[in-house]
Amino acid sequence: MQLPDAEILFKDLAKKIKNDCDKNVALIGIHTGGVWLAERLHQELEIAQPLGTLDVSFYRDDFEKIGLHSEVKRSTIPFEVEGAHIILVDDVLNTGRTIRAAINELFDYGRPSRISLATLVDRGGRELPITAQYTGIELTLPADKILVLKREKSGKLSLDLYDKNLPE
Amino acid sequence: MINRNPQLDENGILQHLLTTEGLPASILLHILDTAESFVGVTERDVKKIPLLRGKSIFNLFFEPSTRTRTTFEIAAKRLSADVINLNIAVSAQSKGETLLDTVDNLSAMNADMFVVRHSQSGAAHLIANHVRSDVHVINAGDGSHAHPTQALLDMFTIRHYKKDFRNLSVAIIGDILHSRVARSQIHALTTLGVPEVRVIAPKTLLPKMVERLGVHVYHDMSKGLKNIDVLMMLRLQNERMQGANLPSAEEYFKYYGLTSEKLSLARRNAIVMHPGPMNRGVEIDSAVADGKQSVILPQVTFGIAVRMAVMSILAGNQA
Repeated sequence: MQLPDAEILFKDLAKKIKNDCDKNVALIGIHTGGVWLAERLHQELEIAQPLGTLDVSFYRDDFEKIGLHSEVKRSTIPFEVEGAHIILVDDVLNTGRTIRAAINELFDYGRPSRISLATLVDRGGRELPITAQYTGIELTLPADKILVLKREKSGKLSLDLYDKNLPE
Repeated sequence: MINRNPQLDENGILQHLLTTEGLPASILLHILDTAESFVGVTERDVKKIPLLRGKSIFNLFFEPSTRTRTTFEIAAKRLSADVINLNIAVSAQSKGETLLDTVDNLSAMNADMFVVRHSQSGAAHLIANHVRSDVHVINAGDGSHAHPTQALLDMFTIRHYKKDFRNLSVAIIGDILHSRVARSQIHALTTLGVPEVRVIAPKTLLPKMVERLGVHVYHDMSKGLKNIDVLMMLRLQNERMQGANLPSAEEYFKYYGLTSEKLSLARRNAIVMHPGPMNRGVEIDSAVADGKQSVILPQVTFGIAVRMAVMSILAGNQA
């Protein structure tokens, strides 16, 4: 199947956020693809606040099933969360469980005035009442496929599709 | 497989942490990397995460300990587990209950994890072999055998200050003979690829054939400290001494006590570590213990993150 060009989606997404937000907004990328996106958005939108990153592994709801196997990155939030307008950035929005975990983690840093969500691809399949305020594209994909964002050495972003049961 | 490492299941997944001996570098590094993320959690205002919510962790201390028990307790609480501290020295065992009966009774109270400290080598191992497959055991020190979480927090501290294990010279100094910490440190250091591990001690405080562990033996501080990047001091364990291992504490301090003069023989940016509790003026001089090369208090802080990592990795590895 032909996947959309991630670079074009990125430009659309950046434009939507730019039209809607001032530069005082704070960005937080969710590891790993969300951090790549957030880094690019941070530059493109000339955001004043330093960029935050979250690894939500410690807040996931499937810990009992999968444990802590992959490398957990350190979450860093280099600005005051209390009272901030934060845009969470993730590459692909699906069940909404990652975003639930991210919101829970954020509240352990403080009480933001507002949290919005930006995602490059919304592939539907929500299992929680979560929605993105900024979306690059909505795609319908078979449930047994995994959509991932990739970053080349040059920094160029692209999308790739895998079978769920096959190793990457 | 015969003689499988008792800490690992048939797929090589860590189920218990009993010793650093025989654990592959990949598992040690996974613990250190995970601990790195927990340091981030311990620096927040809210130092608690919900990972082990609903789990019951029993601290079974058959031997007195303040620091280790406290850091395990803090680690478990920061993971949102329920922690139950049992001071066994003054409870069931003194009424004649056997070790495994105590464990069975606590298992019947739905324990998910045991943290065990015991004066007998192999106690944690015995419990690990006895419990249900979904219960995990952490050795918090058994006799003079092993103290793996101490060794791991030491590795974490070394990596924090020295970045890489593969070009380091490390000296372990003092009472190697009685030290479970030293044994666990040596296994971890060699597994992580430290090319030069030395032990510096009088002959009476070294185990027989200690060279077989892959260390170089020195009896003289002035020779042994040359080109050393990391000094790992050990406590002189008076309570474990039987007979005349040493003439006196003063005599020991004269030859092996770490003073500023002796420290100046090591590399200029060498770090000084100690697992505590310290005997000031016996194995270490106050000027060094409180000096700028000392990382003894950061060791304690990192110990919490490392124990959080061990507990959460074990709890997530369900057989």
